[in-house]
Amino acid sequence: MEQQTGTFAVKKGLAQMLKGGVIMDVVTAEHAKIAEDAGACAVMALERVPADIRVQGGVARMSDPELILKIMDTVSIPVMAKCRIGHFVEAQILESLGVDYIDESEVLTPADEAFHIYKHDFKVPFVCGCRNLGEALRRIGEGAAMIRTKGEAGTGDVVEAVRHARTVFGEIRRLQNMPDEELMTFAKEIGAPYELVKEVKELGHLPVVNFAAGGIATPADAALMMQLGVDGVFVGSGIFKSGDPAKRATAIVKATTHYRDASILAEVSRNLGEPMVGLNVSSMPESDKMAGRGW
Amino acid sequence: MKIGVLALQGDFAEHIRMLKQLDVETVEVRLPNQLTGLDGLILPGGESTTIGKLCVDYGLLQPLQQFGQGHAMWGTCAGAILLSRDASRSQPLLGLMDIRVARNAFGRQVDSFEADLDIEPLKQATNTRAPYHAFFIRAPIIEAVEGTAQVLATLPDGRIVAAGQGKLLATSFHPELTADTRFHEYFLSLIDS
Repeated sequence: MEQQTGTFAVKKGLAQMLKGGVIMDVVTAEHAKIAEDAGACAVMALERVPADIRVQGGVARMSDPELILKIMDTVSIPVMAKCRIGHFVEAQILESLGVDYIDESEVLTPADEAFHIYKHDFKVPFVCGCRNLGEALRRIGEGAAMIRTKGEAGTGDVVEAVRHARTVFGEIRRLQNMPDEELMTFAKEIGAPYELVKEVKELGHLPVVNFAAGGIATPADAALMMQLGVDGVFVGSGIFKSGDPAKRATAIVKATTHYRDASILAEVSRNLGEPMVGLNVSSMPESDKMAGRGW
Repeated sequence: MKIGVLALQGDFAEHIRMLKQLDVETVEVRLPNQLTGLDGLILPGGESTTIGKLCVDYGLLQPLQQFGQGHAMWGTCAGAILLSRDASRSQPLLGLMDIRVARNAFGRQVDSFEADLDIEPLKQATNTRAPYHAFFIRAPIIEAVEGTAQVLATLPDGRIVAAGQGKLLATSFHPELTADTRFHEYFLSLIDS
């Protein structure tokens, strides 16, 4: 048999290699090196971290290919990059650069308010955000090979990440207890493909790797998400918007590995310097929230 | 029999699932004292730089080297890199096997692939004839096999993707991502040998 590239198993396989790890947002090659040295299992190359996108406003787009290529040259770990929701040409460009994963992300300004990218058309794998099981399965139906719960990016407030992870896991637990005759109606209610609903019931988890994202700022936040049951964490603004990025990055990596060991968590949480300045999601106007982007 | 799986980062849960299918007791290893009482250890796929750094930070390098001198140990992908003596770049290694590896040797993720392999030692050990379907994810290749290490599997073009040395085993690919338990059975047979 010939060698086959770009199969769904191969796309999903890379996400499996990232499990138990931390994927860090980086905006320069120097950041990328700091992240790799701290033990990041991958980096997300972008021009502005979500906290800055919030402050500066305007349209947030795919990053300059020059920046992404520089970061790819600098580190040996996988490099991810973001495209706008529905912007399949940005995705084509990122694929041609050779990035290892594309994040079709609500953190950037959506390019299409009705449709996401048909991700099966690509050889490069995609990760997409979700707030609940239906959204996760719609994205997997379109070809996403990895899922992340959205949280609320650029806030340093973990509450939405917790809400979205609990929602997904809670819906899966409910599904597992459902008799088969109720699955079609459940699929209709959550707007998910029936075949994937059946598969999740059998597996007891999503058919792809599921990380947490959006608001993780401390080692304790990372361990909280891991104990809730996610496979790993994305940390965006939390590292490079803090007082001592290298130290905080290392601490979050250790906390993600030793997420059940409270004495190690206490040790790595000591003297980390200033955390990122947080934004309280509960007092934020709806129009400022990014998690609602996605259909 | 009790087998440990290094659980610092990567797809250790996939290895544990395979071992459970074979009714083997498993232990997640994150700290040196968790090596006590194990009959063998698997180093999973993942990012070798991440796993290597966490090995250093938690004092695992030396205990793992000692463990590998008397016990069966198997590294898949990142794990194979850790077992090697030379990874063609500076990063923490166990150096237990006389092999030299090149990381990301096939290119980036878009070049990751699946393919059937013809692995004679595996067929003999498990008394089966079917080819072995292997997944290569940003995989390393084994550039050189020296000393008492031996080639176990190659791609059709001759590039080495699996090697053995006594009770040590290194594979560029990921048997833990398949439903085929033959490679795990083969590893368990090394423990009894």
